[in-house]
Amino acid sequence: MEKKLLRLTVNDEYHELYIKPKKLLVEVLRDELGLTGTKRGCNTGACCVCTVLLNGSVVKSCSVLAMQAEGADVTTVEGLADEAKLSPLQLSFLDHGAYQCGFCTSGMLISATALLEENPSPTIENIKESIQGNICRCTGYNSIIRAIKAVAEGKYKESKQ
Amino acid sequence: MIHDFNYLRASTVKETLDLIDKYKDDYKIICGGQSILILVRQGLVAPEYLIDIKNVQELDYINFDKKKGLKIGATTTHREIEKSTLIKKHYNVLVDMEENLASIQTRNWGTIGGNLAHADPAGDPGPVFIAMNAAVKIANKEKERTLLLEEFFMDYFETALEDDELLLEVQIPVASSKTAIAYEKFNIIENDQGIVSVAASITVDGDGLSCKDARIVLGAAASIPMRAKEAEQMLVGKKLNDRILDKVGEKASEEADPVDDIHATEMYRRHLVKSLTKRMVKKAWGQAKALS
Repeated sequence: MEKKLLRLTVNDEYHELYIKPKKLLVEVLRDELGLTGTKRGCNTGACCVCTVLLNGSVVKSCSVLAMQAEGADVTTVEGLADEAKLSPLQLSFLDHGAYQCGFCTSGMLISATALLEENPSPTIENIKESIQGNICRCTGYNSIIRAIKAVAEGKYKESKQ
Repeated sequence: MIHDFNYLRASTVKETLDLIDKYKDDYKIICGGQSILILVRQGLVAPEYLIDIKNVQELDYINFDKKKGLKIGATTTHREIEKSTLIKKHYNVLVDMEENLASIQTRNWGTIGGNLAHADPAGDPGPVFIAMNAAVKIANKEKERTLLLEEFFMDYFETALEDDELLLEVQIPVASSKTAIAYEKFNIIENDQGIVSVAASITVDGDGLSCKDARIVLGAAASIPMRAKEAEQMLVGKKLNDRILDKVGEKASEEADPVDDIHATEMYRRHLVKSLTKRMVKKAWGQAKALS
């Protein structure tokens, strides 16, 4: 099958690559661009482990054809930290023991980032809704919710500088 | 393992219809792809051509007119519907339905047209739209046609769309000022697909006490979103009381034709139809009464 040109920006870096049209966004991110922070979980659209931001909105990268990201801005977990400086959410996840096995973490961080972008002062209910699709196999939801809440309450403000 | 396909990107309706006409023997439409990619991945469909309409912006709209009602373009995402102030104001039941339809990730990318054209009897929009007496606008290269949504669904994952046709728009007529609609699905995991769902639309009479018109639509209880027409008829002209509710619930449960599967047995689904029908009729009736 003929490869097609795909142009997209991932974590502020512009890429042009030739891919088979059947490639999923998660495959391009991991296998072509080497960004393995985005995990492949169920690969059926049920677990949200592969969540990334596509033009600012959360999507499951296993359920989006890479060709549909033509011209788009993609943010993966690698794009959250500023050089070696972790984002407030990443720091808060560390402080609150919200990483556990780490497999759902990149998806959780992306979902939480999108939430705080849209609603900087969410209620616990809003936080739960925002990660409703993200499955944590350690069932560590409470610490994840606490970590997001702490950022929303402004406890990590200084680290934004 | 996904089968290879030729990828074609359309940016207008005309372009899409030309492509469909050209490749009508072996193509599938992809928009958000939240349903089709699952089928493609499982090898259930293996189209030679995949026609991408995600960028067909002329179908991405929500319009409301006091006389003509609501029109939603096929490529409008679930999230756009859920966030629309127009819909929140005039059709709040749709906001509730969308918020519980799937994860935010799916709602962000999946579209209303894709959901309907996928024709999964467990889909949420089908029953609610049918309760609202919605129609769909369909076109091929030559002409457009409009079809009631209840005539659009034919069987499991089958619609009335011909090979050369594209779904363009959902149309929801203006309801009477004394009509209310309620919808609920029963599921184990929140925002997952419903094991059974029921939408009820109740129009009350001038006195606000008796039922003038009723619609009861069942989701995941047959091969298509189906109306429980006998149950509906039992309500017309009646005043609401617990006895009527029991009878209507039982009748809807008899009319349903659910399957036994991994999620629930047939008997369990019939039981759910009964309970949800009672609950939704009561809820819609209460809301309709409050309107008058």
